[in-house]
Amino acid sequence: MSEITPEVVAAHGLTMDEWAHAVELLGRQPNRTELGIFSVMWSEHCSYKSSKKWLKTLPTTAPWVICGPGENAGVIDIGDGQAIIFKMESHNHPSFIEPYQGAATGVGGILRDVFTMGARPIANMNALRFGSPDHPKTRHLVSGVVAGIGGYGNCVGVPTIGGETNFHASYNGNILVNAMTVGLAPTDRIFYSAAVGIGNPVVYVGSKTGRDGIHGATMASAEFSEDSEEKRPTVQVGDPFTEKLLIEACLELMATDAIVAIQDMGAAGLTSSSFEMASKGETGIEMDLDAVPCREPGMTPYEIMLSESQERMLMVLKPGREDLARSIFEKWELDFAIVGHLTNSGRMVLTKSGTVVADLPIAPLAAASPEYDRPWVSPARQPVVPAEQVPETDPATALRALLACPDLASRRWIWEQYDHMVMGDTMIRPGGDASMVRIHGTKKALAVTTDCTPRYCLADPMEGGRQAVAEAYRNITATGALPLAVTDNLNFGNPQKPEIMGQIVEAIQGMGEACRALDFPVVSGNVSLYNETNGQPILPTPAIGAVGLLADATLAVTVPFKAEGEAILLLGETTGWLGQSLYLRELHGREEGAPPPVDLAAERRIGDFVRAQIGKRRLTACHDLSDGGLLVAAAEMAMASGVGARLDSQSGIAPHAWAFGEDQARYLVTLPAAQAEALLAEAKTAAIPCARIGTTGGTVLTLDGKVLASVAEMKSLNEAWLPGYMSKAAAH
Amino acid sequence: MKAAVIVFPGSNCDRDVAVALEASMGAKPLMIWHRDTELPPLDLIVVPGGFSYGDYLRSGAMAAHSPVMREVKARAEQGAFVLGICNGFQILTEAGLLPGVLMRNAGLKFVCRDVCLRVEATNSAFTKGYAPGQVIRAPVAHHDGNWFTDPDTHKRVEDEGQVAFRYCDEGGSLSPQSNPNGSLANIAGVFNERRNVLGLMPHPERLADAMLGGTDGKPMFDGLVEALS
Repeated sequence: MSEITPEVVAAHGLTMDEWAHAVELLGRQPNRTELGIFSVMWSEHCSYKSSKKWLKTLPTTAPWVICGPGENAGVIDIGDGQAIIFKMESHNHPSFIEPYQGAATGVGGILRDVFTMGARPIANMNALRFGSPDHPKTRHLVSGVVAGIGGYGNCVGVPTIGGETNFHASYNGNILVNAMTVGLAPTDRIFYSAAVGIGNPVVYVGSKTGRDGIHGATMASAEFSEDSEEKRPTVQVGDPFTEKLLIEACLELMATDAIVAIQDMGAAGLTSSSFEMASKGETGIEMDLDAVPCREPGMTPYEIMLSESQERMLMVLKPGREDLARSIFEKWELDFAIVGHLTNSGRMVLTKSGTVVADLPIAPLAAASPEYDRPWVSPARQPVVPAEQVPETDPATALRALLACPDLASRRWIWEQYDHMVMGDTMIRPGGDASMVRIHGTKKALAVTTDCTPRYCLADPMEGGRQAVAEAYRNITATGALPLAVTDNLNFGNPQKPEIMGQIVEAIQGMGEACRALDFPVVSGNVSLYNETNGQPILPTPAIGAVGLLADATLAVTVPFKAEGEAILLLGETTGWLGQSLYLRELHGREEGAPPPVDLAAERRIGDFVRAQIGKRRLTACHDLSDGGLLVAAAEMAMASGVGARLDSQSGIAPHAWAFGEDQARYLVTLPAAQAEALLAEAKTAAIPCARIGTTGGTVLTLDGKVLASVAEMKSLNEAWLPGYMSKAAAH
Repeated sequence: MKAAVIVFPGSNCDRDVAVALEASMGAKPLMIWHRDTELPPLDLIVVPGGFSYGDYLRSGAMAAHSPVMREVKARAEQGAFVLGICNGFQILTEAGLLPGVLMRNAGLKFVCRDVCLRVEATNSAFTKGYAPGQVIRAPVAHHDGNWFTDPDTHKRVEDEGQVAFRYCDEGGSLSPQSNPNGSLANIAGVFNERRNVLGLMPHPERLADAMLGGTDGKPMFDGLVEALS
């Protein structure tokens, strides 16, 4: 065995302190396979060593939470013996290197996290961040990522019902691809990963193990080239057809009583799945690597343990159920191999060709892995930008520019590449606030959204953290559904820089505060750090994925105006906050100022009011106000319906601030004109700011009697940008 | 009516069409696994959408040669009704039960959206629930839906009235803009000569329930139940 030098240790991403700790744990030098295992188990990705301390501060419980963070995904109760299992996860770096496969396998990985717990996936979502449209790689990355997400999700037959996409130069060298899956399971058939029952068989199912995605392949160490190993791509290749078979086979086996524990092989493959299962069950595992189905002969223990080949699962079965399980996997033509058994040793003992190739204690590599309290500084706050310091642009000009800007232009080009209707339960398709799927065969429906406003997070991570949660809460509320729980995908730069660590700490604090105030616990999540290229970090992007329940699906409300002559009401307080607004950035080139403050008590009070009104079937349309402010929201309601509106501005606020300010906790709603007075009175009683600001009708959008644009013109501006951009031949 | 849905390992619209059939029939259709080669007596066989065997080769090419499809062909020859939707249409053309081929979309991308269809022939069990020339809405969701054939076959298909549906605009006019995939003559669905086999790329089963935003697909299933019961 070749010597392990400090260079080899460093190439594995371990510090010399961590190496010394590993040597101390074993009482000897780890061998190459063991070093590989230490390196992935103690990696930021698997150990959460920089973020763990702060993640623990998030609220994770509620009466409806069945399982919070720590398992493959979070589980909540939606009544009638049904549970929703969901999570969001990043696949940022692979997607930048190879956008199609990177994004596709991101979808595959998050699907497995959900069905491994016993759920049939019922919806996929995604949160995407790309570089500036002017950057030479952006078009290629958008094209590949979208095709990859579609290529995988469409084939497995799970609808991709929505998501969000931003463009910003900070992502030029480091895009974000965050994928979310939502699944449905019976509450009495939820599967966990704790490996228990000494002697129980450990079983490998799914695809064969290949040399793809091996962590070590990122190293260019001399030792490896001496082996004259062919260099393999470090990005895994997805096979959605096999994933589909794996879903069906696993769910079929889960309907029996054969499974003790199950875990998908995601990042760090067989290593992390086996260590995590044994760690949770406080057992040991003896595994024979000769029994692992491999794609090619001659794979080393290092390669087998670190391969990230896709579409694989590890299970612990009840003794005597092996043949039953094997017959199901044979029916679906998938590999099935008994690779080991559980022991009471608390150690992972791996053998190959009869020789022990690794012998490691489990706890220190899993549950008891390192945890750091990294130094951090509170990021400097930006000053408030008063409206009078922002020039007034003619509202018609400003609205047209905003509707066609990259961050607000229609995403139709993206979501038409996703099958968003398969499974026959999609009630609210992409393009609105939250999307919605019916819970199959019931009266219930589930609203799903992903949200984050990274420019707010950069200006003030605490406020940005609050805002991401609040916007998710509003988007779900706007459909009539009750927000139930959150999954988070925390994307940041290098945590070893105190100012980046400060972003992480404060964003988590802001999120936690919002989740507590809104009864919106975090039940699962993922952290992606070191999103930097050449020392340039991304905007802090704590993406929030959220779900909400609508007990009576027939109550669902959507964004489009529904009829002519209906009253348009604005709920929530408008101060005309232009700091960090898209108006300030797109019209005046200023990406600055403090972001709009989030009043969590107001969010909750107004959210409860909106849901109550929808519950009484009072509202015909509802839209949350966010990027672009009031006029953009009104224009979106008009474009989605083809019906125009006459709007009247409110006095006391500068016109541009009223039209384009991004104050939080606001909704635009419509209802039959005759009922407007009653709603205004009810809002007054509830101490909720509410004003009638217009009436639907016609084919144009007017403000104070002046035409801003026709609905058709707005639609064409809004729809044209993305397809136009994508069809241009790369100019570089 | 006795109906069955063929289930390939990569089928993913099998449940959707079973739900739509059940709503019209009042009973669940049989679900037939792709390895089964002995079918019970059946009036209607549905080959559903999805990715049959992964479709890494030409869509539907492998499924067309599967054991169950030999049986489906035999039944079609005996007069049973066969409906292929999306991947099912691709499989039926590959199996030679329907004319033409489904090539990659002209835009090269997967496309999922509602389209308008003009009903071209109502003299079949599949389309008797519609009025001639009626414009209906149905979603498409495919990567390979660009129907094509040689000029002679195209002429025969047109002359024999084998075109079931064409992509059109809301007023029923045909244009390149209303064609989502570049299909020849905007053809969205075709019959065989006997009119007991229909293949179409759009998904009538996805708009057969008002909760999902429309019911234009339902007359197809209602019409089949009426004709075959």
